[in-house]
Amino acid sequence: MSPPVRRVTMDGVSTPHPTAPTAPSAPDAPPPAQQATGMPVPARPATGTPPLVRRRSGRFLAGVAGGVADHLEIKVLWVRAAFVVLATLGGAGVLGYGLLWIFVKQEQGEVARAVPHTERQQALGLVALAFGVGLAAAALGDSVVGWVVGPLGVAAVGAAVVWREADESQRRRWTSGVGGGSANRRSTVLRVLAGAVFVAAGIGVYLLGNIQLGQVQFALLAVLATLIGVAVLTVPWWLRLARELGEERRERIVETERAEIAAHLHDSVLQTLALIQRQNDQPREVLRLARGQERELRHWLYGPAGYGRSRAASGGPALDSGLADAITAAAAEVEDTYAVDVRPVVVGDRPLDDDLRALVLAAREAMVNAAKHAEVAEISVYTEVEPDEVHVFVRDRGIGFDPDSVPGDRHGLADSVHGRMTRHQGTVRLRSTPGEGTEVHLAMPMNGGRQQPAEVNAREEVESGS
Amino acid sequence: MSTEPAAEPEPSGTDPAPIRVFLVDDHALFRSGVRAELDRTVSDVTVIGEAGSVDEAVAAIRHLRPDVVLLDVHMPDGGGAEVLRQIRPELPDVVFLALSVSDAAEDVIAVIRSGARGYVTKTISGRELADAVRRVRSGDAVFSPRLAGFVLDVFSDRPGAAPPGDPELDLLTRRERDVLRLLARGYAYKEIAGELFISVKTVETHVSSVLRKTQLSNRYELSRWASDRRLV
Repeated sequence: MSPPVRRVTMDGVSTPHPTAPTAPSAPDAPPPAQQATGMPVPARPATGTPPLVRRRSGRFLAGVAGGVADHLEIKVLWVRAAFVVLATLGGAGVLGYGLLWIFVKQEQGEVARAVPHTERQQALGLVALAFGVGLAAAALGDSVVGWVVGPLGVAAVGAAVVWREADESQRRRWTSGVGGGSANRRSTVLRVLAGAVFVAAGIGVYLLGNIQLGQVQFALLAVLATLIGVAVLTVPWWLRLARELGEERRERIVETERAEIAAHLHDSVLQTLALIQRQNDQPREVLRLARGQERELRHWLYGPAGYGRSRAASGGPALDSGLADAITAAAAEVEDTYAVDVRPVVVGDRPLDDDLRALVLAAREAMVNAAKHAEVAEISVYTEVEPDEVHVFVRDRGIGFDPDSVPGDRHGLADSVHGRMTRHQGTVRLRSTPGEGTEVHLAMPMNGGRQQPAEVNAREEVESGS
Repeated sequence: MSTEPAAEPEPSGTDPAPIRVFLVDDHALFRSGVRAELDRTVSDVTVIGEAGSVDEAVAAIRHLRPDVVLLDVHMPDGGGAEVLRQIRPELPDVVFLALSVSDAAEDVIAVIRSGARGYVTKTISGRELADAVRRVRSGDAVFSPRLAGFVLDVFSDRPGAAPPGDPELDLLTRRERDVLRLLARGYAYKEIAGELFISVKTVETHVSSVLRKTQLSNRYELSRWASDRRLV
C-alpha cells in the first residue's frame, strides 16, 4: 500500500524540478492507508449527520418525526409510518413519541421548510389509519390498545395540546422575547385548560371503567390520578427549568474560565510586557524576560513539559518527577540565570533515581559552562532515554576551545561534570573545536547495567584536572 | 531548525528566478515582520502576498500559485491544516512550510500529517527561514529539533507498544534514526553529513523518507494526534 516513492532529486539533481514536490504524494496516499487498516473516522461536524432536534416548521404535531427524519436523513413519511405501526403494537409508538417529545430539544433557529400539501394529507391519513387499527384491535379485545384508543388516548391528546402550547410559548420567547398579544394569550389559556380537562377526563374515565373499589381506595386513587395529571401537564415547564439551570451553569463555568485566563494574562504576561518596555535598551535582559514568560505560559497551557508531550506520547500516566521534567527544569534555570536560550528536546522518560539525578546535575553544569564561556545565545540540549542507557547531549555553536589546554577557570566541567558522572558509572565525552562550538555527551547506564569503561581518547576525553 | 548561516547552494544557485512565497498568519504584525526580514536578508526569496484568514488564504493561493506557502498552525476557522486540506488536492505543486509558536506535539504532527513539507518555529532567524524555504522548495523536508524529537519518540519501540502494522511505514531504519538524533541535537544537514560520513544529499533523502513515514504511518500516536485534530 505504500506508494512507490523514491525521491526524484536523487537522479535529477540539477533540474529545477517542478515535479519534485509531487513525488511524495502526501495528500493522495492517506485515504487508502486509512481504509486498509479500517481506521475509525471521527464524525465531522461540518459534513456529518445533523444533531437530533425537533422541527419547528413543517411539523404536524411536535416535529418529532420530522426531526428524526432529518437526523437519519430519510423521508419523513417512513418515520411517521414507523410510529403508527409501533403505536398499534401495544401503544409503543405513542409512548416513544411522547418520550422523544419530552427529551429532544426544539430546534432553535427558524428553518423555512416547504411542506407539500400531500405530505400533510399523508400524515393525517396515517393518524386516521392508526386510529382505525387501534379501534379494530380494541374491538378484538386487546386491552392495552383499548386503553390507548379509549380514555388514555383522550388523556394523551390533552397532554399533547398542552405540550404543544408550551413549545409555542418557548418559540415566542426565543423569537420576540416577550409574549404575544392578549388575544393570543387568551387562546393559549383556553387551549391549556382544554388540554387539562382532556387529561383529567381521560384518567378519570380510565379509573372508573377499569377498577371497582371501595370509597376510600377510590379517593386515594383520585388523588394519585390528580397528581399524575398535574405531573403530565407540567412536564414542559419542569424540562425548561432543568435546561435553563444547565445552561446557566455552563455559562457560569465559561465565565469563570475566562476570568481565570484574564487574571493570568494580567498577572504575568502584561507584567512582562511592561518590564520589557522599560528595559528596551538591554537586549539580553529582554530576551531573558521573554523566554521566561514564554516558558511559564507554555507550562500553564500545555503542562509541565511545556509541549504536551510526556502525557500525549508515552500513552501511560505522566511521570510526575521524571527525567524529562527535571531536564526541562534545569534548562529553564540556566536560561533564567544566564539569559541564554536553552532548548531542550527529550525523547522518552523514566522516573528519577540517584543516577539520573546525578546525570541531570551534570547536564545542568554542562549547560552553565556553555552559557558562561561559549559566548552564544542558544544552547541545544538533547536527551534520549534508551532501555539500558540515558544520553544527554549539550551543544553550543560558540567559540569552542582546545580540550588539551583547558583554562584554569573551567573547573566546573572537570570536577562537577566528570566527577559526578564517574561516581555513578557514567561517561563524559567532550568534543570541542575552536571557532565551531562544543558538545558534551553524557551517558549513564541504567539498571545497574554493564559498566562502560571510559574510552580514553586523547582528543575527545577531558580528564579531571587532578 | 538551526542550520548554520552557510547555506545550501545548489537549488538556489541553479534557479535564478526568486522563490515566490505566500504568507498565511492571522497576526498582521508577524506577517509584516517576516516580510521585512526576508526582504532585508535574502534576495532569492520574495513574498508575493499574504493572508490573515483561511478563506482569504485559499482564494489568494488559488489565484497566485506561489511556490512556497508559509503557514501558521493556529488560526481561527481550522488553522493551517484547513488551508492544507483545501489546497493540497487541487494544487499539489504548492509546497507548504508550517510556522508556529506552538511547538506542541499535536499541532506539529497534525500539520505535518496534513501535508506540510516541514515545520519551523517562529523564533527562527530570517536567514534560517530562507534556508528552510529553499529546502522545501527543492523537494526536501525541514525538521526542527523538537519535531525530530517527537518523531523519534513516536517511532521508538517502547515495551508494550503495539507491533508495527506495516514495517515499511511504521519503522525507521537505523540510518534514519541516526539522522533524526543528530537533527534533534541541533546539527545542520551539512554537519550531519560530516558526522555520519554521508553526503548532504543522502541526509536529505533520509529526512524526506522520515517525513513520508510520519505522514503515512498508522502508528497509534500519529493517528491519534491527527484524529484529535480531526485530520484523519
